[in-house]
Amino acid sequence: MTPAGAIADAAPAPDPEDPGAVTAWRDAVLALTLFTVDPFGNGVILHGLPGPAREEWLALLTDLLPESAPVRRMPARIPDDRLLGGLDIAATLRAGRPIADKGLLASADKGIVLAAMAERMPGSIAARLAATLDTGRVNAERDGLTLAAPARIGVVALDERIEEDEGTPTALADRCAYRISLEGVGVREIFDESPDPDAVDDARRLLGSVTVGDGEIRALVSAATALGVASCRAEALAIRAAKASAALDGRTDVSKDDVVIAARLVLAPRATVMPLPPEEDVPQQAETPEEPDDAVEQNKGEEEIEPLEDLVLEAAAAAIPAGLLERLKAGLRRPNASGGDGRAGAEQKSARSGRRIGVRQGRPPPGARIDVVETLRAAVPKQIIRRQDAASTQRNDALVRVLPEDFRFAAYKHRSASTVIFLVDASGSSALHRLAEAKGAIELLLADCYVRRDQVALLAFRGGGADLLLPPTRSMVRAKRSLAALPGGGGTPLAHGLDGARGLAEAERRRGNTPSVVLLTDGRANVARDGSHDRARAREDAASAARLLRSDGVGLLLIDVSPRPDPAARALSEASDAVYLPMPHADARAVSKAVQGAVQTGLAR
Amino acid sequence: MKASYPFSAIVGQEEMLRSLLIAAVDRSVGGVLIFGDRGTGKSTAVRALAQLLPDMKVMAGCSYNCDPAADPGSCTEACSALRASSRPKTATVPIPVVDLPLGATEDRVIGALDLERALTRGEKAFEPGLLAAAHRGFLYVDEVNLLEDHLVDVLLDVAASGVNVVEREGLSIRHPAAFVLVGSGNPEEGELRPQLLDRFGLSVEVTTPTDIDTRVEVVRRRDAFERDRSGFVEAWAKEDEKIRRRIGRAKKKLDHVVVPDDVVARAARLCMSLGTDGLRGELTLIRAARASAALDGKKSVTDAHLRQVAGPALRHRLRRDPLDEAGSTVRVDRAVEDIFAS
Repeated sequence: MTPAGAIADAAPAPDPEDPGAVTAWRDAVLALTLFTVDPFGNGVILHGLPGPAREEWLALLTDLLPESAPVRRMPARIPDDRLLGGLDIAATLRAGRPIADKGLLASADKGIVLAAMAERMPGSIAARLAATLDTGRVNAERDGLTLAAPARIGVVALDERIEEDEGTPTALADRCAYRISLEGVGVREIFDESPDPDAVDDARRLLGSVTVGDGEIRALVSAATALGVASCRAEALAIRAAKASAALDGRTDVSKDDVVIAARLVLAPRATVMPLPPEEDVPQQAETPEEPDDAVEQNKGEEEIEPLEDLVLEAAAAAIPAGLLERLKAGLRRPNASGGDGRAGAEQKSARSGRRIGVRQGRPPPGARIDVVETLRAAVPKQIIRRQDAASTQRNDALVRVLPEDFRFAAYKHRSASTVIFLVDASGSSALHRLAEAKGAIELLLADCYVRRDQVALLAFRGGGADLLLPPTRSMVRAKRSLAALPGGGGTPLAHGLDGARGLAEAERRRGNTPSVVLLTDGRANVARDGSHDRARAREDAASAARLLRSDGVGLLLIDVSPRPDPAARALSEASDAVYLPMPHADARAVSKAVQGAVQTGLAR
Repeated sequence: MKASYPFSAIVGQEEMLRSLLIAAVDRSVGGVLIFGDRGTGKSTAVRALAQLLPDMKVMAGCSYNCDPAADPGSCTEACSALRASSRPKTATVPIPVVDLPLGATEDRVIGALDLERALTRGEKAFEPGLLAAAHRGFLYVDEVNLLEDHLVDVLLDVAASGVNVVEREGLSIRHPAAFVLVGSGNPEEGELRPQLLDRFGLSVEVTTPTDIDTRVEVVRRRDAFERDRSGFVEAWAKEDEKIRRRIGRAKKKLDHVVVPDDVVARAARLCMSLGTDGLRGELTLIRAARASAALDGKKSVTDAHLRQVAGPALRHRLRRDPLDEAGSTVRVDRAVEDIFAS
């Protein structure tokens, strides 16, 4: 019996409401079970909002782990001294010698780090977690101490993303074998029968002796290639999942079923392309997954390798999550998993505004706030020698001697990193006119954004709605490429486009960036918010969407792409107090200036 | 300490491996920057190289790995005193590869007051930092594009001068810190400051192999390594030993490798056609080609060596065109084809 069967058969869901959610829960539990068999240097991205399903899943996690395994919750913006460790001032003073404070990673050794709100985790924190997952150790050089400690950890990233373009940072996501979604799983779908902790325990012991054949490796690698999974790490993690599955079943050789499970759970959620449909002679085994697995598996001949590969790919393709599937079919890029700012080195630091990102020392910036605790932390270890120095100069009066070099200042991230969202009208009316020229204008703007180190994002609207073609990036080459692939034609759902831009702008603002929108359109909206082709209502909706965007404090620049300045576009810009620029005047300098103006509007808020 | 993955067992990625070997043979080529896809074994390769580096002679008792043959005044006073003794002792240590982990604080990087001694004995003593430990060796920064700004400033300064100057807490220390900078990262996380980019002699782009057989081999070896680390390392020990000897031989040979005039001329033309700024590119190109020839056991540099290293030596020195889709690698390849066709 396969592990999947073990869980599914043991617990028929009571009065299932939604079969999709039942499958989702079953996969979530299976992934959890496999993860707890082989948790260290591995991870799970658990997507979903807090609720009964997540509570239950986390409770199961604790049940299945060995009793001694620590589970440590990590906030998304944990400071380095908490994460990596540092000098423990109180203990140091008590002991009269440096005492290190273990960080969260070291204290989670042989256990699990629960990363709360992983979609908000900065790339820099993800990189620290990644290094620990890779080496099984924390190596930190902090506060005058070298801290090296074992930290064999597994990570469970609690990802509460709502927008598709947010998510756990890729550095971490790449190292998490399992990505499961509990969205839509309610109380009804949760079945009580849980996997047996003793079975997991046995599997953990057996794991080291599980071997995997070349045929099985090849099947997984082929499936990964066909699905466009571009990381050798994903394949290695899939092999680990297959081995865990075998161990859970009490076997020491990886079977076809294990490989199928690994492909479904590890590879499918990472798909970036829709695999080509399998050839007509789909292997018969695919229809009968309950095949008894016995010695036949071991003596797999060369001629059977092909069917195994097809079978694995088919299973993986069938398991691609529905939302992802639609996007892949539409030929759109996969939802980006890279959230977080990931640019610790490039962050603008400001003396006292913005989000606090850390501490710095040295000459105080004008108007800086002293961080008292950090300053004392710097001063305390030096008290003994300072007292001696002071004794020799007869100035032995102060309780604690704090010298200028101890001063630490809070560093803040300024909200000046700006994101320019290009909202492009790719509808028939615009496309027919000047889409090509609009592309040219955008390229000029991109070069300009590159100089200013802005991020750019690309949204296009046509026909029934708006698509995010490019989430915020600094890669101008990528922006140009997605622009080149921009298709044209269809109605003009201007309101949808503006609403999409507003959502993206909001997400950017939450990340601490300043968004502004550059809208390229002829203003002739003809698809209303409700999807009807009522021209008057469409324009009204567009105007209200533009006003909403502006009321959020987002700078809006409207570039009119119609051959002659169009009253519709002008009216829209007036209604929303946007900067208006007709295309005939849109030479590089004017556009650059106008964008700068729009960006400033956002900043001035 | 867990055994690290053997260098010789890394599948493919020839350019990355050769660039690392070149840096090991000729330090003057400058550091290596490895940028590319996730899961391509960037840090595995650097850590594997650390196992292959030959030993070096140092002054026994000096905290800065300093060279017994170096100018006596080049190190600290304490070291000068060691040298002045009637029978200065030397020791043999492996060439260090020092990790600069993310989240490191400045005091540990440049060195600071020795806390232990300050607290327990009230002594004012300097505790050397990572820069000191990396002197005459390699300083490795994984996720180099995530390194905090103030640390980048320190690296830029010290990497250029080869000297670390510390003035704090009444301590005034000046010690040699000549290290080869090795960085790795993923371009998705952000770009590198141009000044830092410039400190790297070679820049390598790594991509995930697309060929299924290669990928199968990568996964298979990784699996074998995870199952039985010491057995796997043992199995590859012979191959690794060959590479270690190859590095040693190349180092000795390096000074005798001839660079013919026509090769120099071609290197100059290549740099000119690419519009690389300054002489640095040309110098790096020739040095890297020479080290590459030495690694191959050749007595003289040929066009083949030049072609081998043109990409890593030049691609990060091209003037950036943010909209050029071709990317620097293609531009270098194109120029190489043009020059060598004529």
